[in-house]
Amino acid sequence: MLTPLLDQAALTSAQNAVEPVVKAEGVNHYFGEGSLRKQILFDINFVLQPGEIVLLTGPSGSGKTTLLTLLGALRSVQEGSLQVLGQELRGAQPSTLIQIRRQVGYIFQAHNLLRSLTAAQNVRMALELHNGLAPQQVQQRAEEMLAAVGLGDRVHSYPEQLSGGQKQRVAIARALVSHPKLVLADEPTAALDSKSGREVVTLMEKLAREQGCTILMVTHDNRILDIADRVLHMEDGRLESQAVA
Amino acid sequence: MYSLFSVAFIARRIPLAWLQLTREKIRLLVALAGIAFACILMFIQLGFQDSLLESAIRFHVALKGEIFLVSPQSNALIAMNTFSQRRLYQTLGFEGVRAISPVYVGFALWKNPETRRTRSIFVVGVDPSADLLDLPELTPDKLEEIKKADVVLFDRRSRSEFGPIPEWLESGREVVTEVGNRRVQVGGLFEMGATFGADGTILTSDLNFLRIFPQRGRGLVDIGVVQLQPGVDPDPLVRQMRALLPEDVRVLSRAEFIDMEQTYWEEGTAIGFIFGLGVVMGFIVGIVIVYQILYTDVSDHLAEYATLKAMGYTDTYLLGVVFQEAILLAGLGYIPAFALSVLLYDLTANATLLPIAMTFNRAVLVLGLAVSMCFISGAIAVRRLRAADPADIF
Ligand SMILES: Nc1ncnc2c1ncn2[C@@H]1O[C@H](COP(=O)(O)OP(=O)(O)O)[C@@H](O)[C@H]1O
Ligand SMILES: [Mg+2]
Repeated sequence: MLTPLLDQAALTSAQNAVEPVVKAEGVNHYFGEGSLRKQILFDINFVLQPGEIVLLTGPSGSGKTTLLTLLGALRSVQEGSLQVLGQELRGAQPSTLIQIRRQVGYIFQAHNLLRSLTAAQNVRMALELHNGLAPQQVQQRAEEMLAAVGLGDRVHSYPEQLSGGQKQRVAIARALVSHPKLVLADEPTAALDSKSGREVVTLMEKLAREQGCTILMVTHDNRILDIADRVLHMEDGRLESQAVA
Repeated sequence: MYSLFSVAFIARRIPLAWLQLTREKIRLLVALAGIAFACILMFIQLGFQDSLLESAIRFHVALKGEIFLVSPQSNALIAMNTFSQRRLYQTLGFEGVRAISPVYVGFALWKNPETRRTRSIFVVGVDPSADLLDLPELTPDKLEEIKKADVVLFDRRSRSEFGPIPEWLESGREVVTEVGNRRVQVGGLFEMGATFGADGTILTSDLNFLRIFPQRGRGLVDIGVVQLQPGVDPDPLVRQMRALLPEDVRVLSRAEFIDMEQTYWEEGTAIGFIFGLGVVMGFIVGIVIVYQILYTDVSDHLAEYATLKAMGYTDTYLLGVVFQEAILLAGLGYIPAFALSVLLYDLTANATLLPIAMTFNRAVLVLGLAVSMCFISGAIAVRRLRAADPADIF
C-alpha cells in the first residue's frame, strides 16, 4: 500500500518539476466594443507539456486562430491567466511580448515569406533576431535547415520560383531554425494538396521530435491525426479535449 | 569574384531595405527618374538664381576700390541715380584716401552694324587715365584708345544680337556704329560677360560718355570710387565719412556695395520669389513621388511586415527599413540628377553667357533637400505600417 503511494507522489513531483510550455487558466476573449462586444473564447484551460505534439481541431469560426494569436503574443490577453514559456502574458510589457515572439516559431496558413528575399535569406531573417552568431554561421545554419526540409538545392530561389509545398517548407525552416521551444502552426497544410500536406506535416513532426519542441497545430485534416499525442477540440469558443483515436 | 562578393554579403545583416527596393527594377527606375527630375528642377532653379546674383555683380567685382559712394535713391546698376561730384572730392580730405574716381553708367540703344537693329546696351564711362577696372584684355593701350573722341571698347562676351563685333575687329575690319544717336567707333575689346540686367556692355571715357548722354548734367556721377592707401582699414573710414558727409550721398564698403546689387535682384524683384517657387515645386514633386513609392512598398508588403512583427521584429526595425528605403531613393536619384545638372549648366552657360556652374555648396544643398524630401515622405508613409498588425492579418 505504501509503495504505490510513494511512487504516485514521486511521479507527481517529477511532473511538477518539468514546467509546462503553455498553461492557460480561465482565458476569455472578446471582440468588439460596447453593445457589439462579443465573447469569442470561453474559460479556456489547458496545459502543453514539453515535447508534446497537440492538434487543435474545430469548425471554422470557433476561435482557434484567436487562441493561437494569444499564445504567440500577437494579441493581448484580456481575462484569465496565460503563461507561455514561463512568462505571464496577461498585462505583459510590449518588450516581453516581443521576447516571447522571438522564442516561438509561428507557421501561418499562407506561407508569408518575404518575396524580395531568397529562401536562405528568409530563414536568416529568423536567425538574425538572435545575437551571438557570426554571419557565416547564420548562413550555414540557414542552409542546413533548408537541407533538412529537403530544399538544399533551392537556397538561392525566390518564393515565386517555388511551389506551394516548397514555400511552406521554407516557412517551416524559418520557424524551426532557431530551435524554438514552442511552435504554433495555423492550418499549415490548408493551401496544399493532400500529398504535399502530408509531407509537410511529417517533416514538422520529425524536426519537432529531433529538437524536442512542443507543437500546437490547428488543422481540419483528419488524415494527419496520427502524428498527434493529443487532440484538442474547440466548439463555439470552448475547449474539449479528446483522446487520440 | 562571386565568392568574394558573397562573403562580403554574408558579413552583414540582410539589407532588407535594399532588397525590397531593388526587387522590382522597373518600379525602382521610374521612382529614380522622378526623384532625379525633382532634383534637376531644384538644381536648375538654384543655379539660375546663383548665376543671376553672380552675374549681377560682375561689374562691381571688376571695380578697384575700397569705398563706394552712390545716391541714396540708387538700388542697382539698372536703377541708378546721380549725386553731386563734390561729395566725392570731399572724401579726398580724409586721412588714408589715395585716389578717387567718378564712374558713369547708363543704358543706350546700340545699333547692330550688320543688321541695323537696335538693342539696349550698358554703357560705362570712366577716367581713362585712372587704374580703375580689373578686367581681362583691358590693357593700358586700350584705355589710351578711348581717350580719342567717340571711341568705345566692346565686351566680347556681349550677346551676339549686338553684332559680330569681335569677329569684325579681329579680322581687321573697322567697326563704326551708333550708340544713342551718336556715331562711335569700336577701338578694341575687353571681357566681362552678360548679366541679367545687361545683355552687353561698352566701356568708354567719361567725356565720351557725356557725348552719348548729352542730357546728363556735368558734375553728377553715378558711382564714386574711393581707393585707399595700402594697409588702411576701410571700415572706420566708412563710418567717419557717413558721419561727416551730408545725407544726399550713401557711403558703402565694398561688401555693402556688392550686397546692394544682390539684394535688389533677390528681394526687389520677383526673381527670387520665382526661383524659390521653382525649388519648392521640385521639392513637393519629389515628396509626392517618394511617398507614392514608399506607400506602395509598405502596402504591397503589409503581410510580410506583419510576419516580421510576429517573428519578434520591433516597430523600430520596420521604421528603419522604410527610412533606409527613403535614403536610398534620395541617394540613387541624386547621382544621375547631379550628373545631368552639370551637363545642363554647361549647355545653359554656352547659350546664355551667364556664369552658371555646379558649386560645392549647391551640390550639398540639393543633396540635403533630396534627403529631407525623402525623409518627409518616409514619415508620412510609415503611418501605413500601423496596418501591419500581425494579430489581424492571420
Ligand atoms: N479582429 C477581429 N474582430 C472581430 N471579430 C473577430 C476578429 N477576428 C476573429 N473574429 C471573430 O472571432 C471568431 C473566431 O475567429 P477565429 O479565431 O479566426 O476562428 P477559427 O480560426 O477557428 O476559424 C469568428 O466569429 C470571427 O468572426
Ligand atoms: Mg483560423
